[in-house]
Amino acid sequence: MSAFLDNFMFSYQAVIFAVGINGLLALSMYAVLAVGQLSLGQAAFMGIGAYVSALLTINLDWPFPAVLLAAMLVPALLALLIGGPTLRLTGVYLALATIAIVEILRIFLNASSYTGGALGLSGIPNKTTVALIYGSLAVVLAGFVLVARSRLGRAMEAVREDEIAAGVMGVNLPAIKLGALIVSAMIAGLAGALNAHANSFIGPNDYSFEHAVTIISFALLGGIGSPFGPVLGAAILTLLPEFLTSLQDFKLVVNGFIIVVAVLYMPRGLLTWRIGRVGR
Amino acid sequence: MLAQILQQLPQQLVNGLVLGSTYALFALGFTLMFGVLGVINLTYGFYFTTGAFLALYGTKMLAMPIWLALPAAAIVTGLLAIVLDTILLTPLRRKKAPELSSLMVTLGGTLLLYSSMTGIFGTEIRRLPPAIISHAAITFGSVRINLSQILIVVTTVLIVGGLLAVVRFTRFGLSMRSMAENGEAAELMGVNTDAVVRLVSFISGALGATAGVLIGLNFNAIQPYMGEAMMLKGFAVIIIGGLGDIKGALIAGVVIGVLEALTAGFISSELKDAVAFILLIATLWFRPVGLFGRAPVKRA
Repeated sequence: MSAFLDNFMFSYQAVIFAVGINGLLALSMYAVLAVGQLSLGQAAFMGIGAYVSALLTINLDWPFPAVLLAAMLVPALLALLIGGPTLRLTGVYLALATIAIVEILRIFLNASSYTGGALGLSGIPNKTTVALIYGSLAVVLAGFVLVARSRLGRAMEAVREDEIAAGVMGVNLPAIKLGALIVSAMIAGLAGALNAHANSFIGPNDYSFEHAVTIISFALLGGIGSPFGPVLGAAILTLLPEFLTSLQDFKLVVNGFIIVVAVLYMPRGLLTWRIGRVGR
Repeated sequence: MLAQILQQLPQQLVNGLVLGSTYALFALGFTLMFGVLGVINLTYGFYFTTGAFLALYGTKMLAMPIWLALPAAAIVTGLLAIVLDTILLTPLRRKKAPELSSLMVTLGGTLLLYSSMTGIFGTEIRRLPPAIISHAAITFGSVRINLSQILIVVTTVLIVGGLLAVVRFTRFGLSMRSMAENGEAAELMGVNTDAVVRLVSFISGALGATAGVLIGLNFNAIQPYMGEAMMLKGFAVIIIGGLGDIKGALIAGVVIGVLEALTAGFISSELKDAVAFILLIATLWFRPVGLFGRAPVKRA
């Protein structure tokens, strides 16, 4: 049995890793969508987490837990800088500013010799384990479920459904939106670090605009009624091309199509079940 | 050193003016769409690509001269813009969906369109027939400029002037302004809003295509994703100029073009593309309503 398991892990390790990491990325998107905002910067937050973690591991040989922590804090700082001014405006501004972040990061990574330029960084030691990825996913998921059942969760839902009404009812709009963006950046940074230490190679083009859009398609396909939806969406969109190999070349066409259909015809996504509330 | 900079400066300024005109020309339709229809329509970058490909087809397969291929490409793309708007955005408009839904649906739409186009045409760079326009440089003192560059600047000036005149002096312009102010009230006052939506989509598509053809002509490199890079620059232009502000887009476009040319000429050509985005972030920090904007009022 154990031999079978070893064999199975050997063959499918990359896919198993990808499902978990994409699940984390989908949850990072959920955090922002849950308060009615749209960030196109998840790929940048992920990329920053990946590069920060890889450089700390390769150059300074930090212990892995400290590396992961740094990979969450640096994107969080950037989220603070971007979110501070833009979240006071309408949602469109955050979306556009985060696109700018993705582009600046790509240009900078391609130009800087410290990050290996267009060639990227290779030879990153493999430190990520299946338990670490799915443990993180479980912790984040549990955290979101707890939040969704709390007063804070209800405030977030109110902001998403009607920002002005929520504000009038006394919800601190800037704080709740900024908090969501920072949490989202931390999760994406963690996913980036785990991914970098699973694949041993990262390059500037791994964190492009297309990738950011793909992360959105995870969340929209699954639905953002509960945090389980985005994880389901990520699993489907990661596994689908594996089973239907003929889909490989049209992966982006499919992702784009899913976003269009999801927004127009099933705005609640596949998983419409919502989390019940506890207490008043 | 200083003498050398001073000697190169006029040429870099002219290069910047040409580049900036293309940014402005591109951003016009984009900002018009936002101003009147209230949507960030990301398929706009695709119109840019479509325009360039149609001009390529017209000049290569149908042997059209450029003065015929350019308007033909603009008209066909304008019609395509109406179709895409009807499929993607009209359902959301009927539902009165929030602004971000329109951003998301067009995001999916662009991904779909670009990746299909790449699937069909590949990512290789295509070129317009070389005989289509003279690339010989015309020199004024130490400054060199060619015919396609002059065409870009002149077209931009004419289109901006024309657009401002239409918005200010015609009945259609009045309808557009009333819709920009308040769509529902405009409809109640008897404005045929569906017709205005279609016409604005058409004009925007045609403007995007015109920019695509002119830039394809100047750089002579056409490939499916050319619209995406331009789209990202377009964001910077319309936010710095103020969302929905035609004059702002013109000035922001030219400013970004000149700063990019100066950066490429005197600092580093690798960092040239970062200029627009750094300006964008600075604008969001210090003047989020754009260069000439007024703070928006939130309405329930």
